[in-house]
Amino acid sequence: MPDVQSTVVEFVNKLRKRKIEGSQATAKCTVELLRSVISHQRVPHANQAAALIDAVKAVGEQLVAANPVELAVGNVVRRVLHIIREEDLSLTTAAMGGLDLLDASDDDDVDNCKGIGYPAMSAAVVAAAARSTLRPPSLQTLLEGTPESATVPYTSSSGADSESKSKSADKSSLTRKLKHDVIEGVNQLIHEIAGCHEQIAEQAIEHIHQNEVILTLGSSRTVLEFMCAAKEKKRSFRVFVAEGAPRYQGHLLAKELVARGLQTTVITDSAVFAMISRVNMVIIGAHAVMANGGVIGPVGVNMAALAAQKHAVPFVVLAGSHKLCPLYPHNPEVLLNELRSPSELLDFGEFSDCLDFGAGSGSIQVVNPTFDYVPPNLVSLFITDTGGHNPSYMYRLIADYYSADDLVM
Amino acid sequence: MDTRRGALAVPKVRRVGFFTSIEPPPESSQRPNRSQSGPVEATTSSSPLSNSPSGNLISPVLIPPSRHHSDNLTTRVAAAAPVPVPGPAAFRRYLAQDRSLLHVGSYNPPDSLLGTSTPSSNGEFSEDSASLFGFQRSDSTKLSASFPNGGFDLTLAVRAPQESETKIATASASEGKKKIAKVSGKSESVTTKPQKEKEQKALKDKTTKAERRAIQEAQRAAKAAAKGEGSRRADESGRANPGKATKKPQPKKERLPVTSSVSEKTAVAVEKEKRMDVPQTLMQYDDRSRVDKAKRRAVVEQTESKNKVELFLHLPQYERGNQLPNLSSNFFTLDSIHHAVYKVGLQHLAGDISGDNARCIAMLQAFQEAIEDYITPPMKDLTMDLTTKINGYVSFLIECRPLSMSMGNAIRFLKNQIRKLPVNLSESEAKISLCSDIGRFIDEKIILADKAIVQHAVTKIRDGEVLLTYGFSCVVEMILLYAHEIGKKFRVVIVDSRPNLEGQKLLRRLVTRGLDCTYTHINAISYIMREATRVFLGASSIFSNGTLYARVGTACIAMVANAFSVPVIVCCEAYKFHERVLLDSICSNELGDPDAVANIPSFRTNAKHSKTINNNKNLQFLNLMYDSTPSEYISMIVSDYGMIPPTSIPVIVREYRREHLLL
Repeated sequence: MPDVQSTVVEFVNKLRKRKIEGSQATAKCTVELLRSVISHQRVPHANQAAALIDAVKAVGEQLVAANPVELAVGNVVRRVLHIIREEDLSLTTAAMGGLDLLDASDDDDVDNCKGIGYPAMSAAVVAAAARSTLRPPSLQTLLEGTPESATVPYTSSSGADSESKSKSADKSSLTRKLKHDVIEGVNQLIHEIAGCHEQIAEQAIEHIHQNEVILTLGSSRTVLEFMCAAKEKKRSFRVFVAEGAPRYQGHLLAKELVARGLQTTVITDSAVFAMISRVNMVIIGAHAVMANGGVIGPVGVNMAALAAQKHAVPFVVLAGSHKLCPLYPHNPEVLLNELRSPSELLDFGEFSDCLDFGAGSGSIQVVNPTFDYVPPNLVSLFITDTGGHNPSYMYRLIADYYSADDLVM
Repeated sequence: MDTRRGALAVPKVRRVGFFTSIEPPPESSQRPNRSQSGPVEATTSSSPLSNSPSGNLISPVLIPPSRHHSDNLTTRVAAAAPVPVPGPAAFRRYLAQDRSLLHVGSYNPPDSLLGTSTPSSNGEFSEDSASLFGFQRSDSTKLSASFPNGGFDLTLAVRAPQESETKIATASASEGKKKIAKVSGKSESVTTKPQKEKEQKALKDKTTKAERRAIQEAQRAAKAAAKGEGSRRADESGRANPGKATKKPQPKKERLPVTSSVSEKTAVAVEKEKRMDVPQTLMQYDDRSRVDKAKRRAVVEQTESKNKVELFLHLPQYERGNQLPNLSSNFFTLDSIHHAVYKVGLQHLAGDISGDNARCIAMLQAFQEAIEDYITPPMKDLTMDLTTKINGYVSFLIECRPLSMSMGNAIRFLKNQIRKLPVNLSESEAKISLCSDIGRFIDEKIILADKAIVQHAVTKIRDGEVLLTYGFSCVVEMILLYAHEIGKKFRVVIVDSRPNLEGQKLLRRLVTRGLDCTYTHINAISYIMREATRVFLGASSIFSNGTLYARVGTACIAMVANAFSVPVIVCCEAYKFHERVLLDSICSNELGDPDAVANIPSFRTNAKHSKTINNNKNLQFLNLMYDSTPSEYISMIVSDYGMIPPTSIPVIVREYRREHLLL
């Protein structure tokens, strides 16, 4: 598939050069690319899930390496992997159900095989396996500990050697079905990413009241849609937008808000603390949400969050599910940040006259980070497309979306 | 002197704000002004309690009435003959003894004098300030205040057709009512012959001026119409011309009761005239009537911005850019403002001088110059007249740019010095003493204080530290440079913010002196704060509840530093401490040019606002100048009194004020 390979390379280059910005756009591009990868992937007769997973992982690694701070890429890759595993699992369980009925005689064989391969199979392992597939651990699976449940890890996580041996005959019918199902699932994901704005915006009316004063930072489409949804429901409120120097994303957002008829006031970033005492709610769009409930957002967000906490103003984060990142942050301000060009702060050559580059002369460093990290204790509420959540609940939400096997790619 | 103090005790407590001159006449004259907005206070002002001191205090002002060398000087001398008029120095001594005498004996002659002399001066004035609408207005209010004193009933018929009169009437329309309230119940006094004569005389020489004025009005109206901007003003000036016919009934109605009580009226009028010059810092701009009145007095022609931020309606929000050419073109025509003060005002307006210390020094030096050139008008008291003059300057400066708290403190100091001039000092001695006082203030309170602060603060800098500072503060710059000079090894992080980008100035200065600097914007503060070991901040003022009032963004820095457990050191001269209290940044602030926020660097073209968007009613730009930092974020304040916690501010303020009075 040379064409797929070339699109991958093209996308990687775009990511490297930061041509694609914004987590939603990136996520959309990534998932579309992965879909084409999957559809072009020639599936071997046996062990097709593993083949798909390998292909997706290989591409995903390239993408993540291209822009490691754009966490949405990794999230989407994990989501796709999760979809593949899920589909595979559901097909296998269906097949197993059929097998149990059809090949009752084979049962011993399978049992033996299992006894040899997994001598230490226990309830704990079953539970862990169940968790790894992210099926809610049902009471039945916990209690039964029967071969049926034991096959789950057996088939899904560790290749399917014995499976292929025993069930190769039935595979042919399933071959096309898996790929089809996966692509179906990926399409659903695309749909979900595209529609997360509406899902989130639907909840706006529950959170914005009449005459509210809202402060926001950065330029987020989710925030824009959220406010407009409230506006359409005849709520009248005013919005303060911090301009977000040096990228001036706030001006972009303000322009859009005004175009939609909202009362908008652009303030300087330095006036955030001064104004926050008159603000009822801070709403920001996240760049990424970490597993501990911390938020990576546009630069300056931490300052606003601290000010909001000082004045007991609710700090609300809007995040589509593709922004949920299964990683726990360590020093995210530095490790998950990106320093942009100094020319945004100081014009090139502006200060060259006062630097003579000799010994004993002064030096200038210019720091221009892109993102800011807000620890979970400063966040009041997350609004995702599945509803509102506490920061402490985020890890569970993430467990719904990702398979534990993929957390480390 | 003591009795004066006593009289003022109540209002002094009430007006804690900074410009309160502790001097009685403006203080007591404050009352009529307030009474305008509310009827309740009108009654209090006319109550005997408030009346008697004001009458007492005002009578001395009435006696030497001519600030203006007018044609009727001879008559004035004749008329004033019965009144004992000693030199200004001796005059104050007289006050205590002769107060009653003055009050009773010298009613009418000075009254009538005032009535005539002021209009003539007004005429002079309008000649000069051709395009300065605001100023004429200010004078006309003054005029109206002093005009209607002497027997209006007699001259009414004669004067009615005359333009100038109608104009005066319109100007005084709002004031008349209050005067009536004040005046009612006073004994009627008969208008004397000299009065009548003088009225007519005044009218005579006014006709020519009135004509000139009519022409000006017409021009102005045309200009206003062309601009199409100030709808209110345009129709106001438009009305002034046909005003002859339309406006007459109203003034007449008001003037009728004025016929009684000549002397009281003049007293009030003079009070008003004085009070007009008392700057009102705490003016709330959402109070329509007062804003309109202030506008009429204003020297600086300001256009209110169309798209105001609702939360800040109480602050002046003017369109920028049109005042400066206007003002500078009038440089040679404004004789009531000393040229040095005028220059400083222009510099403030244009932003050529920024920074609290620089502004304060410039202002004080201008005052110094103005005092040197000051000549006490004959028959006037230096203390009173100079204070009035200074008040006028101050209100001019306020129009140019709202004063900072520290400037308020300096002005108060100056007024204090003027008031406490020994009575036996001659004029030149008094001037010399005042000038040296001002010089001493600049030296001790600002320059030496900065040196002391540097000495203190340097002890807090150790080798290997990373010092974070915000914006541009000249004290912090001095500290950093001095620490570098004495060989401390440290790095500086300069945090800057739009739209002023003052940090770049500091960056340039520090780098040229060989310091290692890191430069960033305020948004990145949480990124950079982990590197910092100390935060040094400048201040505009520190209030007695420990709140730091400084360049907007300071609060953010202090807050983040607090969150990262980095000590915050505020460097502030003690003369900036203020006994006001402040809780938030909304109630008291200054708004900068909103266009500065709207204009963003050219490389971000996609974020730029087109003109049509800019005029959208829904979009506003807010350019706050200051914010207030709660005291819990401040670890230490370095002042010329040493290193103190923010809780010690009220103590220092109290002690300082005591010393201030002694100075």
